[in-house]
Amino acid sequence: MTAVPVIELRDVTKIYPLPSGDVLALDRLSIRIERGEFVAIMGPSGSGKSTLLNQIGGLDVPSSGILRITGRNIRKMSDDELTDLRLNAIGYIFQKFNLIPLLTAFENVEYPYILKHRCNDTTGRVSKLLNDMGINKRMAKHKPAELSGGQQQRVAIARALVNDPDILLCDEPTGNLDTKTGAQIMEMLTTLHRQGRTVIIVTHDPLIGEQAERIIRIKDGMVEDA
Amino acid sequence: MTKDIILQLSVRSIRLNFLRSLLAALGIVIGVVAISSMGMMGANMTMSVTEELSAMANVLVVKANAGGGGGGMAGPGGGGSGSSSSSDDDYISKDQLDDIERAVGQYGLVYPLYQDSETIEVGDEEGRATIYGLRDEDMATVLTVEEGALPKTTSSVVVGPSFAERHGLTIGSRITIGDEDDDEAVVQKVRVVGILEEKGMSMDMNTDNAIVMPEKTFVGLFGGESEYDQVNVILNDINDADTATEAIEDQLNRKEDEVTIQDSSRMMESITSTVSTLTTFVMAIAGISLLVAATSIFNVMMMSVTERIREIGILRSIGTRKNEVLRMFIYEAVILGLVGAAIGAIMSLILGWLVVLAMVGTTKYFFTFQSLIYVPMAMLIGIAICIFSGVYPAWRAANLDPIEALRSD
Repeated sequence: MTAVPVIELRDVTKIYPLPSGDVLALDRLSIRIERGEFVAIMGPSGSGKSTLLNQIGGLDVPSSGILRITGRNIRKMSDDELTDLRLNAIGYIFQKFNLIPLLTAFENVEYPYILKHRCNDTTGRVSKLLNDMGINKRMAKHKPAELSGGQQQRVAIARALVNDPDILLCDEPTGNLDTKTGAQIMEMLTTLHRQGRTVIIVTHDPLIGEQAERIIRIKDGMVEDA
Repeated sequence: MTKDIILQLSVRSIRLNFLRSLLAALGIVIGVVAISSMGMMGANMTMSVTEELSAMANVLVVKANAGGGGGGMAGPGGGGSGSSSSSDDDYISKDQLDDIERAVGQYGLVYPLYQDSETIEVGDEEGRATIYGLRDEDMATVLTVEEGALPKTTSSVVVGPSFAERHGLTIGSRITIGDEDDDEAVVQKVRVVGILEEKGMSMDMNTDNAIVMPEKTFVGLFGGESEYDQVNVILNDINDADTATEAIEDQLNRKEDEVTIQDSSRMMESITSTVSTLTTFVMAIAGISLLVAATSIFNVMMMSVTERIREIGILRSIGTRKNEVLRMFIYEAVILGLVGAAIGAIMSLILGWLVVLAMVGTTKYFFTFQSLIYVPMAMLIGIAICIFSGVYPAWRAANLDPIEALRSD
């Protein structure tokens, strides 16, 4: 494949300097994820998968090596550039939903749209996304605290999609949900993948991992099996 | 929802923690009220004092230089002056008076006066009184009679209102000046023909508590004709004080210091400067309340940041820039400051008015620029203090590590 991979890690190392000695979280990790893939990153806790997720999500920068997201080397980016990358190229879906408690469901989805376009959504995109995720207009007026976990995660997915990102990054997206709701969320993510989106799920749940096209197993900061 | 979602978040955060925010703003309210009402009080006091003083500050008082020289040639014990009771043998002579008139006549009214203090008797009551002697031509211009008329004979006098009240004098009352038991003393019985208008504090002569008599009567009692105790210059324009002082100095003090000149506008300057120093001092004390307010704003902002660490993490992770987070918290501080300052401004108009009424006694200067300027000034200080106290918490929020922030609960 000659196309630019959506994510490319080459010999990525992440060291956390601590007073008790440096901690090697990622050890010369190399991964390549193509556009449109559905990848599960798996590994036990402490394996470095959260660190990897933070690197891919542009929240953290590797100590050494090359990390390209949509072709751009993130080690050479300023804080503002990294922030803009998170805003435009990455849709984050968290285990704990992480909606902004001060805003309604609708406003939560609209928020990244406003940050990007510097204006309110007049295209109806926010409403459509919420509708697609099964959140009706009445529910959209509620604050996150007034919604169920499943509803919150649907709102979070709508928020992740609002700026049409290249990558959908999911961190244990079903971790805080019951099995049935979790399955519904997974179905939505699968549908999104079928629609052509790149979906990366970080999980320790094999049942979730199995639903992906490809599983990358991480152990001790290294790729165990790609 | 308005375009500025960052501002929205600030407003909502304040609304969510309404009571806490209100208490923080209350500190600013108190600070603004304290500073502006103290400032207004000071301004009103200065203006009121200035007005009172300027009515009497246009006076130059010329006296013979106590160091000697002068027109007087009498040494201690010298009998030349003929005054038995005068404690001051230095006087201004007729020539010197003419010199003064020549020098500053164009700037205002020049009039000499005699002054002494003597034992008096009203009915059975004995006492002491300050007695002024004025030339007949000056009487009409310098004195204002409240009741009765100016003295026309050598046996009639006018008295000040306080003096009249203290001794129960009315028109027609009789006063014996001089000690009747003392054989050597000259004694004169006079009749009150007029009571003067109240003059208040004054630089040239304090007639409120004195007897004023014609020159002839005075000289008859104490001797020393044309040996004036002081010469007053009532200036038409207070700004001529320095010029007039110089003119007199040039005329009389060229060779040696014959006279000393008291410029009462100097005194006014020093009084108003004392008042404004006091005002500044009181305002500084009031400023302490703003320091307390600053601490409380700082505390509220820090709490807001700490409580919202996770939210800040979310905001950062989904694409909110550092400076936007910074702005969000600065907005919060500015809103607290604006609300506090606005309430404070309204309250300081009410409280300031009351304070001025109570402390200065008049509110006629309250709605002047010099007085009301303290309201916007205090508001600005209040808002500035808010922003200042919000800077560190906001900076801290903006620079949180998003990963750490997301992890916190």
